[in-house]
Amino acid sequence: MLHAAAAVSCLAVLAVFLFLLRFAAPLFSTEGLAKVMQWRWEPFGGHFGILPMIVGTVCLSISAMVVAAPLSLGIACFVNGMGPKRLARPVLGVVQFMTSIPTVVYGFVAVFLLVPFIRSAFAHGSGFSWLAAALMLSLLILPTMVLVLHSQFSQVEPEVRLTAAALGLSKAQAFVHLVLPLSRRGLLASAILGFGRAVGDTLIPLMLAGNAVKPPESVLDSIRTLTAHIALVVATDSSSGAYHSLFACGMILFLTTVAVNAGLRWVAGGNGRA
Amino acid sequence: MRSFATIALTALSRIAPVLVVCAVAVLLGFLLINGLPAFSTQLFFGDTPVLAALTGRVPVFDGIWPACVGTVALVVLSCSISIPLGILSGICMNEFTPAFLKRPMVFATDLLAGIPSIVMGLFGFALILFLRSTLFPGAKTGLWLSAVCMAVLVLPYCINTTRTALEALPEELRLMGPSLGLTHEQSVFHILLPAAARSIMGGVILAIGRAAEDTAVILITGVVANAGLPRSILDKYEALPFKVYYIAAQFQNELELQQGFGTALTLLCLTTCLFLGAHRLRKTVERRWN
Repeated sequence: MLHAAAAVSCLAVLAVFLFLLRFAAPLFSTEGLAKVMQWRWEPFGGHFGILPMIVGTVCLSISAMVVAAPLSLGIACFVNGMGPKRLARPVLGVVQFMTSIPTVVYGFVAVFLLVPFIRSAFAHGSGFSWLAAALMLSLLILPTMVLVLHSQFSQVEPEVRLTAAALGLSKAQAFVHLVLPLSRRGLLASAILGFGRAVGDTLIPLMLAGNAVKPPESVLDSIRTLTAHIALVVATDSSSGAYHSLFACGMILFLTTVAVNAGLRWVAGGNGRA
Repeated sequence: MRSFATIALTALSRIAPVLVVCAVAVLLGFLLINGLPAFSTQLFFGDTPVLAALTGRVPVFDGIWPACVGTVALVVLSCSISIPLGILSGICMNEFTPAFLKRPMVFATDLLAGIPSIVMGLFGFALILFLRSTLFPGAKTGLWLSAVCMAVLVLPYCINTTRTALEALPEELRLMGPSLGLTHEQSVFHILLPAAARSIMGGVILAIGRAAEDTAVILITGVVANAGLPRSILDKYEALPFKVYYIAAQFQNELELQQGFGTALTLLCLTTCLFLGAHRLRKTVERRWN
């Protein structure tokens, strides 16, 4: 029975992969690929290009990382000795609690708080923008990144604490010269995991980014990501030509997941210290 | 030795916690201020008498009761597939699988855990297209499809939590079984599993929370805005997270907006309770082994 259960679980992974592959199959030819890899998305005109969405996904996830990475580094350092001891636990508690806040709640609150703020502060467009989505997305991926960093730092920091103190280093100097260089794997792993989460999230870009199909010119412009694109097109139920491009989006997202996992494995290397 | 890097990191470690804690406080405060006034039987049942609505005799039109029932149905269905399957697979992978098979299986589980939920929804959508073109031309999206996709989505969490719980057990406990002359199976089921049960429970509760809050999967596998109570697993249904999303996108008046805030707060309470439950279980486990 145990073996049957394990077999079913593995079959589930295979099934997901095979179904995506089966429905994305028409794309694996030069003309199929050319049909999808173009800039025009006009489902009623027979143009099913998803390049704008790829650009959208890349822009949004990288900008969310740029905001979230330094913040999570700061928090992880604060929790592991750079801040006052009695504040470390509450701050870590808040971060752990953040993992349990539903994505759709983040999106909902931002629609009525952040979006109007951006609209009035910059007086440009509707406020549903790359900026709004990037800020909320960074808040969403932050706990993942902090917790990975924290598990690394909490192993490394006690090991070097005495040495650093004996050398007369301050806490900050100990982090810069000892803990961070020793935690390279953890830093990389947290970045990769955070990036994976940012690419895969649907609700934040769907609710906040405005979903216009064109490459953005400024952070106040509206963009559409691959994930939001899938949700929008399935919901509006267009022709079967559009479906093929959907599975292209799904395939790209799946391959990103594979790359993220391979990256994590590569970072972890031989010793399991990442 | 005071370089730019140390000054920057010091500043960062001061600013970042304040900034993030404030951001979360503002978001939740805004939700509480707007959501608490909406919290009443009116929010859940609209103008329908409460008892009649609870027993399902009178349909509820302007409350979130059908969405609550839909979410509970979805969670119960998907978890009754994924939890037993996940725990059994986890036990099997950790205790009864030869090493050469274990590595690809762990990789597959990690891969499944990383797949974006919208891709899981797309898998469900592909399943429907496939069923339509082969066995069941009349196949439609609905509660059953969402439950299947959601089960696949939370399956890796159940597997991983079981595996890590078993791996974290102290070495003495592993030696106890053989030293008492138990077989490996007896040792696993009578010593290791009972010892790991609490941490497995903790992980399972988090998986339930995930099934309750995920929106992307159900968005494209059968949830709708107005379906009433689901009558069978083939029906369309309503769900709390979808209600929140729908109101944010399509609200028409102040009253609906109020309902949106109330729904978001309800969902947040639900996930927070699950989170706290899991947290308590974890705490007792830590105290036991350290």
